[in-house]
Amino acid sequence: MEIPENVKKRLSIPAEEHFYAGHTACQGCGAALGLRYVLKAYGKKTIFTIPACCSTIIAGAWPYNTLDANLFHTAFATTGAVMGGIEAALKARGFKVKGEDGVMVVGWAGDGGTADIGLQALSGFLERGHDAVYIMYDNEAYMNTGIQRSGSTPYGAWTTNTPGGKKHFLEKRHKKKVIDIVIAHEVPYAATASVAYPEDFIRKLKKARKIPGPSFIQLFAPCPTGWRSPTDKSIEIARLAVQTAYFPLFEYENGKYRINMPSTKKEPKPIEEFLKYQGRFKYMTKEDIEVLQEWVLHEWEKLKKLAEVFG
Amino acid sequence: MAEYKPIRKVVSGNYAAAYAAKHARVQVVAAYPITPQTSIIEKIAEFIANGEVENLQYVPVESEHSAMAACIGASAAGARVFTATAAQGLALMHEMLHWASGARLPIVMVNANRALAPPWSVWDEQTDSLAQRDTGWMQFYAENNQEVYDGVLMAFKVAETVNLPAMVIESAFILSHTYDVVEMIPQELVDEFLPPREPLYDLTDFEKSFSVGALATPADYYEFRYKEQKAMEEAKEVIREVGKEFGERFGRDYSGMIEPYRVEDADFVFMGMGSLMGTVKQAVDILRDEGYRVGALKVRWFRPFPKEELYEFAKEVGGIAVIDRNYSFGMEGILFTEAKGALYNTGARPLMKDYIVGLGGRDFTVNDVRKIAENMKTIMGKGELDVEVDWYHLKR
Repeated sequence: MEIPENVKKRLSIPAEEHFYAGHTACQGCGAALGLRYVLKAYGKKTIFTIPACCSTIIAGAWPYNTLDANLFHTAFATTGAVMGGIEAALKARGFKVKGEDGVMVVGWAGDGGTADIGLQALSGFLERGHDAVYIMYDNEAYMNTGIQRSGSTPYGAWTTNTPGGKKHFLEKRHKKKVIDIVIAHEVPYAATASVAYPEDFIRKLKKARKIPGPSFIQLFAPCPTGWRSPTDKSIEIARLAVQTAYFPLFEYENGKYRINMPSTKKEPKPIEEFLKYQGRFKYMTKEDIEVLQEWVLHEWEKLKKLAEVFG
Repeated sequence: MAEYKPIRKVVSGNYAAAYAAKHARVQVVAAYPITPQTSIIEKIAEFIANGEVENLQYVPVESEHSAMAACIGASAAGARVFTATAAQGLALMHEMLHWASGARLPIVMVNANRALAPPWSVWDEQTDSLAQRDTGWMQFYAENNQEVYDGVLMAFKVAETVNLPAMVIESAFILSHTYDVVEMIPQELVDEFLPPREPLYDLTDFEKSFSVGALATPADYYEFRYKEQKAMEEAKEVIREVGKEFGERFGRDYSGMIEPYRVEDADFVFMGMGSLMGTVKQAVDILRDEGYRVGALKVRWFRPFPKEELYEFAKEVGGIAVIDRNYSFGMEGILFTEAKGALYNTGARPLMKDYIVGLGGRDFTVNDVRKIAENMKTIMGKGELDVEVDWYHLKR
């Protein structure tokens, strides 16, 4: 469909679609939405690396490709390494990489493939300084293999290998803070983003494109199937994750922290607001919710302090 | 074609490999250090540091699993790619070896054959590479440093013709760290022999928008594997042609996937792979002088396996002593299994015995070959085996 120029000008996100209809994501999938935004930001001169994850399927089974860009499907642990290899080949062959008009090398991996099995390759990718963008879409469990916990699964969440029962739920660990591990590599650019805030996400993608070296974006991407949430509530849940400070939006750029929230002055909403539409949290007692609330506020204060001191 | 005047250098097997990679004009090297492969990548890094190569990207990755993954990414993006590893590193790469061949990427890798732990060993054994038999990689076993150099150049040409990856295998220390004269080929002649790579597909082709390695359902997966096997079959002819061309251009003929040595009128032959065949050939000369009618069959390419050539030799001899510096637990030496299997339906029925030698780098000498010859002569005289698999080196 042709979009008139005057309408295009008023749009806050690019009108061009490079993600085809007919993909196989579930209804309300945050990952599919995220992938669509990445393609809008970067266009077709992009080479994706996608490891084992939901997006392996979303991008299409052979011989289909729902992305209007080139894509190398790879093994679970290898996103960072394959991206490094692609970038090296482009440079050896004389291609311009990254920047305004260069080829974009993009890693698109889930939280399992990033926080867990792919962490080593991610670390290698970051410290070697490849000119590429790694995007971790965080749906907080191994959704494609049947909702098992990952290092990014939050305290209290039901998953199929940390089930809730009559007496207990099994997930007693807080979410691994992958972005902090990334920042510890002193990368030029790292950010969190959410599918509920697409303008913010696309702005960050475009920024990552301009900054030389490795960039990392952790994208909050709700999964109705795994979160036991209504398919029409994904955006609302993602927004509440930000508003409760459960998943704050911020950027780290060359040593400086900047929080990108609608209002940092306002107190975060209570964590119950974020939990309420999600069946995965139904086993939590009042005390458990307090544990999570305390952690969220503690982390939020820490981030605010970082932004204050290193802003 | 310019006249071929070889450049003679005294180099280790590892340096021979590094020079071959340089002369092949590789564009990306992603590697992780592991003994005894290390000096291959060190030498390549030196080439870059000294400005001796152009447009070569070196990616010092954090593990062998990532080394192969980076090679796969680079190869899929159209570059000519090289790496090297050994033993534990090769084992760690195993998953990615399947990805390389399944995605039909002509990566070339040198593996320095080394025994696997525990107990720790850094010395020679072929089990590491032979355990990768079913990964879809071609395997070339070098007898000496010259064959390491030649093997890498030929491997690129074969790999890029059939779109399958290839491994060139050298012995730990016996070749990797031992210096010998290697005749190298002037760059312009290598360029004539090995023109720039033309990829089967290229991730930088943005007109098409395509994906590689997507999920294939049972309706399609089977055909992918069939095509890979067809490429392996096709590789046999390509290997013979490339080996012949190499001989015509540079005087060293590799047209045979198996190299026979003094097999005429032989009562029995020794069969094996890699550096141990140098020892065997020397032993054959000595034994011939002593009146033994013996010869040697060196298997150069283990994958694809030269079934047809083996038959041609096996139908003429009464016995084959297979010398395996490797082992498949619960069975026998790996080359022995393969050779017997290859001959079963051909009607060629030489008496075959498996000698397990030199595991973990234990010395294997001319005198050992003599003992094997004596044993072979005895069993052939009786017309039956004493044991099928002989752990020849055990401290009894």
